[in-house]
Amino acid sequence: MSKPARAVGIEISGVNLSYGSTHVLKDIALSIRPGEFFAFLGPSGCGKTTLLRLIAGFAQAQTGQVLLDGQDVAPLPPWKRDVGMVFQSYALWPHMTVAKNVAFGLEERRLPRGEIDRRVAQALELVGLSAFAERRPAQLSGGQQQRVAVARTIAIEPKVLLLDEPLSNLDAKMRVSVRRELRALQQRLGLTTIFVTHDQEEANTICDRIAVMDGGKIQQVGTPMELYEHPANLFVANFLGSANILDEKSGVPIPPGKRLVFRPQHAALSAPESAALRGPVTHREFLGATVRYGVRLGESEVLIETPFQSGSELRSVGDQVGVDLPPRRMLFLPA
Amino acid sequence: MTSIRSPGQIALALAIALFLGVFLIVPVATVVYVAFTEKGGGGLTLVNFLDFGRTDLFVRSFWNSVYVSAMTVVWASVLALPLAYLTTRFEFRGAMLVQTLGFLPLIMPPFVGAVAMQLLFGRNGSVNLLLDEWFDFKIGFMEGLNGVIFLQAIHYFPFILVNLSAALRNIDRSMEEAAQNLGSHGLRLFRRIALPLALPGYIAGASLVFVKVFDDVATPLLLNVKEMLAPQAYLRITSIGIDDPMGYVISVVLILVAVATMWATALVMKGKDYATTQRGGGGLARRQLKPREQVLAYAVVILILALVLAPHVGLVLLSFATVWSFSPLPDGYTLAHYTRVLGDSSVYIKNTLLYAGLAAAIDVVIGGAIAYLVLRTRLPGRQWLDWAASTALAVPGVVLGIGYLRAFYGVSLPDGTPLATLWIVIVLAIAIRRLPYALRAAYAALQQISVSLEEAAENLGATKARTVRRVVIPLMTGGLLAGFVTSFATAAVELSAVLILVQSNSDAPLAYGLYVLMQTPAGRGAGAALGVIAVLIVAICMWLSQLAVDRSQRARGMDI
Repeated sequence: MSKPARAVGIEISGVNLSYGSTHVLKDIALSIRPGEFFAFLGPSGCGKTTLLRLIAGFAQAQTGQVLLDGQDVAPLPPWKRDVGMVFQSYALWPHMTVAKNVAFGLEERRLPRGEIDRRVAQALELVGLSAFAERRPAQLSGGQQQRVAVARTIAIEPKVLLLDEPLSNLDAKMRVSVRRELRALQQRLGLTTIFVTHDQEEANTICDRIAVMDGGKIQQVGTPMELYEHPANLFVANFLGSANILDEKSGVPIPPGKRLVFRPQHAALSAPESAALRGPVTHREFLGATVRYGVRLGESEVLIETPFQSGSELRSVGDQVGVDLPPRRMLFLPA
Repeated sequence: MTSIRSPGQIALALAIALFLGVFLIVPVATVVYVAFTEKGGGGLTLVNFLDFGRTDLFVRSFWNSVYVSAMTVVWASVLALPLAYLTTRFEFRGAMLVQTLGFLPLIMPPFVGAVAMQLLFGRNGSVNLLLDEWFDFKIGFMEGLNGVIFLQAIHYFPFILVNLSAALRNIDRSMEEAAQNLGSHGLRLFRRIALPLALPGYIAGASLVFVKVFDDVATPLLLNVKEMLAPQAYLRITSIGIDDPMGYVISVVLILVAVATMWATALVMKGKDYATTQRGGGGLARRQLKPREQVLAYAVVILILALVLAPHVGLVLLSFATVWSFSPLPDGYTLAHYTRVLGDSSVYIKNTLLYAGLAAAIDVVIGGAIAYLVLRTRLPGRQWLDWAASTALAVPGVVLGIGYLRAFYGVSLPDGTPLATLWIVIVLAIAIRRLPYALRAAYAALQQISVSLEEAAENLGATKARTVRRVVIPLMTGGLLAGFVTSFATAAVELSAVLILVQSNSDAPLAYGLYVLMQTPAGRGAGAALGVIAVLIVAICMWLSQLAVDRSQRARGMDI
């Protein structure tokens, strides 16, 4: 695949979208930089797929605009937008061979036969499926089908690449290797890419920046590390990795209208006598590298993960323990 | 599932096998056997088939039948394609109208409206009289073979519409969105993606239409077209006699064509069973039509629906008409035909209700039993019962009628009357013809019942037989009822087998009476009145069956 002449940015502003009385997207504003690998991350029903479909032209917003490379795409139907989308189900046409599937978009663009053949071969080579050109999609494994779907999309050299939960139909092992392939491919092509997922690990491992969504709203935008270290609200804190969230009923001094948030591995267990926070161990789980304890604090329960070294003494359920929490690890977020 | 073979199950299977053997396999085998033996009971021979090939009339009839069936498929597709495309791909208020009215032809077999359509579209029918008056030309809708094609296409296109629409609706919407995303849209997208994916549905509908038209006896005869194969079989047997081998040879050819069509269909469909049904998001995104497109869409829909309704409108007009010829509308209106039909011809109606009711009851019992044996037991050879019952699909009605006549004419009752002349034989023939449909309904009903419900009953101490009676049958009632009503409705208008088997007017069902009455101008009005009554019976039944299915599904709290 020849590199696109120049990566393209996406500007979304003031977007509201409703289906009947359901307000699916609320005041969406986003700026995606050229060449960025960007994720829409959120639980199902948060509007992430709808936002993706809006960019592809399969959904219409009531207000706001989507600029692709500075151009408003609202008047363009899906078939004139030049945004390549890889569907969650891959949507490979079962009545066509792999090569025919990949050639489809090029044929629709009325390219000369020789050019089509050349680009199909190139796209299949890029995803390592040259030997499978004459197979039917049904004869391929899930991972291979996924690669055909990607090849079919990048063959048209789209302005941006949209991936709708591309890994959800793969088994756990495949998922890890395919997401690395996707990242490598995106880097090579320098293509602005949006990746929709509900899996924070997927988003964290391959994306440059993430927009966390919930309830039709963008909760926070940032790099994976920013989101993890400085979540803007309780939802983001809870959705990216596990977090302990405490209110005043825990007996911990917390400013009114706020919650105390900290990660399980940022606290440590200590002797109960010297600690400001203390309570009984409610359960214990051995996870290999770490041991996870549940500790009751007032009316709340927190999880604390401590590294496991062989020979180290474990606490038992019922033991009174102290909880040490360094002040710099404490986050106070609006309730 | 347990694999205990109870003696009850074995007895049931044997009884069904016996029934199918005597009333389906033996008659059909007799027909085939006679076709291959010398006239007068000699040895096996191919001479009859050589005669068939050397007789101009038969060869011409054969090609006429092929031509008419093929052209019917073409025209039925022309009617069905735009309707299927419009209703499945566009936000279109006419869609509901198409869904309901589009299926109207199914409740009336084509022969019922044949004469009425002559009066509307014939050389001197309403449409041509008006065309002649306004524009000075006529269109030969109903001339010769064209008339058969025209009528059959109007009646059978819903088979293609239903199958094609279902197939189009079942395509995962991402299939088409992916194509749009890659730059395709409109008719080109439909041609390259939607149509190929819906092809299996289309082919299923088209082959059904082909076979049905090929086997139809009454419609060509009522339009006075004799040079087609199925009518020739009927004419040969009724005019020359049951000893003439040609009727049997034609029958074998009819069976071969039906089997070949189904085989070719299976061959084409092989590897094309694209199960692309909805994996991800909901239904298809339907596109809004622009105002100009709306006008065009409505024009197409209204034109097609007008054609669809024409036989019904014509039939109703004819049933109330005093005299109707050489004029766009009848000269006057009367209730006399209905009084006549409800008076001295009421025996037809009574017979129909009796025959169709008995046939449907037989079908539901046997269909339900076969479904149970196949799905719930491990009886060896149970699949054969299913196959045997389903072969009835490939046996044209006229062939079954001829087979019954030949196989049972020699069998006499103690008082000397041949078995073949008894009215119960008509019932059995109809029952065999409708059995495959009842069988599908029973399968569907049984498949919805989880095996664990039965296992729970057995676990709590119920025997197999009691489990069937107390769990399976109550849960299947809705589905079986729907199967009964559908069988009843279609049995009520069955004619091709009946035509051969009816020996006296007093034993004749409604469809036969209609056929006889329609032959003479004087009887047309009464025939039409019978037709209207038949359509009403069938329509009410279809509505009841829908009701039965809905209600039983709701009662079980299932999503419809």
